[in-house]
Amino acid sequence: MKIVTRVWRRFTDPMDGTLLFIVFSIIGLAVMVLFSASNDNHDRIQTQMVSLSIALSIMWVVANIPPQRLMALAVPVYIFGVLLLVGVALFGDISKGARRWLDLGFIRIQPSEMMKIAMPMMLAWYFQQREGALEVRDFFVAAIILLVPAGLILRQPDLGTALLVLTAGFYVIFLAGLSWKLIVPVALVGVVAIIALVLSGDAICQPEVKWPGMHDYQKQRVCTLLDPTKDPLGKGFHIIQSTIAVGSGGIAGKGWLRGTQTHLEFLPERHTDFIFAVLAEEFGLIGCCLLIALYAMLIARGLFIASEAPTLFSRLLAGSLTLAFFTYSFVNIGMVSGILPVVGVPLPFMSFGGTALVTLCLGLGILMSIHRNRMLVQK
Amino acid sequence: MEFKQPEQEIHQFHRRVAVAGAVVLAAFALLILRLVWLQIIHHDYYRTRAEENRISLVPIVPNRGLIIDRNGEVMARNYSAYTLEITPSKVSDLETTINGLAQIIEIAPRDRKRFKKLLDESKNFESLPIRTRLSDDEVAKFAAHRYAFPGVDIKARLFRHYPGGDTASHLLGYMGRINDKDLDLIETKEQDANYQGTEHIGKAGLEQSYEFELHGTTGFDQVEVDAGGRAIRSLARTPAVPGNNLMLTVDTKLQEVVEKAFGDRRGALVAIEPSSGGILALVSMPTYDPNLFVDGIDPTNWDLLNNSLDHPMVNRALNGAYPPGSTFKPFMALAALTAGKRTPGQAIADPGFFNFGSHRFMDDKVGGHGMVDMYKSIVVSCNTYYYHLANDLTIDGISSFMAQFGFGERTGVDIEGESRGVLPSQAWKKRRFKKPEQQKWYPGETISVGIGQGYNAYTPIQLAQAIATLANNGVMYRPHLVKYVENVRTGEKRLIEPQPLRSISLKPEHIAEVKRGLVGVNKEGTGARAFAGAEYVAAGKTGTAQVFSLKGEKYVAGRVKERMRDHALYIAFAPADDPKIALAVLVENGGFGAQSAAPIARMVFDYYLLGKLPKAPAAEDESASESSP
Repeated sequence: MKIVTRVWRRFTDPMDGTLLFIVFSIIGLAVMVLFSASNDNHDRIQTQMVSLSIALSIMWVVANIPPQRLMALAVPVYIFGVLLLVGVALFGDISKGARRWLDLGFIRIQPSEMMKIAMPMMLAWYFQQREGALEVRDFFVAAIILLVPAGLILRQPDLGTALLVLTAGFYVIFLAGLSWKLIVPVALVGVVAIIALVLSGDAICQPEVKWPGMHDYQKQRVCTLLDPTKDPLGKGFHIIQSTIAVGSGGIAGKGWLRGTQTHLEFLPERHTDFIFAVLAEEFGLIGCCLLIALYAMLIARGLFIASEAPTLFSRLLAGSLTLAFFTYSFVNIGMVSGILPVVGVPLPFMSFGGTALVTLCLGLGILMSIHRNRMLVQK
Repeated sequence: MEFKQPEQEIHQFHRRVAVAGAVVLAAFALLILRLVWLQIIHHDYYRTRAEENRISLVPIVPNRGLIIDRNGEVMARNYSAYTLEITPSKVSDLETTINGLAQIIEIAPRDRKRFKKLLDESKNFESLPIRTRLSDDEVAKFAAHRYAFPGVDIKARLFRHYPGGDTASHLLGYMGRINDKDLDLIETKEQDANYQGTEHIGKAGLEQSYEFELHGTTGFDQVEVDAGGRAIRSLARTPAVPGNNLMLTVDTKLQEVVEKAFGDRRGALVAIEPSSGGILALVSMPTYDPNLFVDGIDPTNWDLLNNSLDHPMVNRALNGAYPPGSTFKPFMALAALTAGKRTPGQAIADPGFFNFGSHRFMDDKVGGHGMVDMYKSIVVSCNTYYYHLANDLTIDGISSFMAQFGFGERTGVDIEGESRGVLPSQAWKKRRFKKPEQQKWYPGETISVGIGQGYNAYTPIQLAQAIATLANNGVMYRPHLVKYVENVRTGEKRLIEPQPLRSISLKPEHIAEVKRGLVGVNKEGTGARAFAGAEYVAAGKTGTAQVFSLKGEKYVAGRVKERMRDHALYIAFAPADDPKIALAVLVENGGFGAQSAAPIARMVFDYYLLGKLPKAPAAEDESASESSP
């Protein structure tokens, strides 16, 4: 009896109950929505369950690794990641017009995915090294650490991942104390640029106009967002159909398995990037608010863990990983509801796909490890 | 570089976390606002859009109303048949596809020609028939090979069928594919929605004039479809309401009798029931087979019909305008009596001519008819009598009287495109010509109008209406083909039977005198031979119209002689004392009216009044002669 209790304790100890409860609530919702989105393809649920078990196992393992060990890994993982990205740029496989995969002979990997974790680890490590002696120069070093891999990913091109890596890095730099004098002007320029884009959408979306530094398909995505009706059967189809699905859901939704946009297949990518539209159509505003509230709770818990963390490295890492959940959910929901361009960002714990689950659970594991070790190093 | 205390550092970190938390909350609030915008404020709009996505309306084409004759015989009906159809926009190479289909199902050269014609006339995304009336065997054969022919389908469609073949084609008309002009009409009638799914429309005859009665109301199937457009299930169905049936005044058997009586001669006949204006038969010869048009006429047949010297597509009963010749005389006599210019007993001496100014108008009979009173003038068709009379009545006196009988006015028969004909008058001439010297009416022109020549030109249906009105003692009805329109579902019958158009004020004794003359024609005059031995008393008047050459007619050796002959005319009613039927017959190039037109009238009366069926086309009475042209 005692042995059983001890084993159980050993199993549950590394994990944070609150985080686990929130994530399982989201996953519970996800299974229902994914079931509906998959119509008659129940294999998909099984596949997702297998991925989930693997991802949760990884989470448990990572939760057992103390933050100091993680910090030691930060530099080699980052360098290894950058090398892989260079490898992708030189020898990567092309699929759907982008060079994202690297074939190592025995396994095909997507190095950009691992940068989502490696980047905040690396930056947190750097600021930990400079703790107490931070200079303006350090922020430039941090910017280079951030921009080199982000640029490589953007060139693949993979706007969604680049965005996630960039924001993850930015969160570290922001939390490390980047001066408001730098943040405010950049934010202002960004806001002005977006307003200008919306107002001049018609002119700059003419087919002759080339956008500097952007691929045609990326320009298309932005233009489609500005006026989806221009191309209702092509690029605009996703946005039009997803807003119809969301809007027609109303307050209470059409009911589980009763979404017409979903089940009559008007909704594209309904089990992956656009799964939120399925939730919105079948569970309405109530379902949407429930999910957003769960994400808010998850983020709140994460930020709490970050605040309690003993070292600068763990504070910055926990804060950045937590805010990454925000990037995922905000960009995805904004895209599905038609206020952000279509970028390939999955909805955390909801979208079908194993890679994203593993990355997300890795982040969760790190958070749990930081939380578990909050007292140990304290003086 | 200032030294930072760890406490300060932690403090700063907490502030930054708070800022981040606030940004997260604001961003999530923005998302919720957007969702409120979509899901509450614009929910109705998006709900409608979602419904539009999934619900597709499939039109159910109604059954077209039947056309039924006065005895209940169906003249136009529908049948369902399988057609093999190609949607050109879904086929990459039409020629290859058609050749491939020809390996499986017989496709005749005429099918290919018709398909090409349809292709030129229609939009690319329409489904066009390459073969119609497939047998069950052919349907099965194609079904086995369907996979090899994307864009080719078998469809069940309703087709029009005219059991009588070429009988009564000019009054029934025909159906054809809807063209741009028809679409305009449908739009102005606000029938757009009702014609979704309808491909054919009445192009002539009753099919055209009663199109919107016959068509019915299109039903709709509400079908749930998926994004690929595949039907998932039927949600609701508004059944189609079949079109109304047309019950005609026409007697198909009589129509057949007439068409047989004409044989291969050209001409027209209109028979009317005087007491109602109901048309018993409306014939234009030659006829055509309206069934040829049902699934799209092929170019060979189309050219044959359109370029024929006999002009089978022209409805002579309504569109041919002919001088009435001597059939005008009884109306002239009635005008004289009514105007007080003549009394029945008043006789003139006929020397065989009438001098007017320097011109001498000749009678047909050399040396004249001797003393001629009104009765004799009608029976022997004396020209001199009417030359005098015309001069006394003056052109405007004649035209104002004749207008009452409907001469020179459209009768208003329920088929579109009727001609007006010409009732000459001073005012008419002014309108008709441009140069001042041509606009003037010369009194000499009045003289030939008096015997039904000159500018006179009337359609056979106008002549039939006039004689029917005379038979009916001046009470005039609009000639019509449809007795009533029947709603198939409710059984409600809407009468088309008209009120009298007008009652011409005529003295009964004047009418009686003219009728006496008309009876005399068939007893002892120009119609006597044709009506020898008749078991009823018929009143009639023969006539001969001088031929005016048809425009653009080609010279064909051997036919010229026949086509130079005059047109034969005959108007009649019977029984004389209680008219049941009145008619006008015209035989183009038939020579004298007595010779070829009157025998047809005899057959019609024999059949209609006695039920006798003729055995052969009416013989031409070669020995018959007429005393006046």
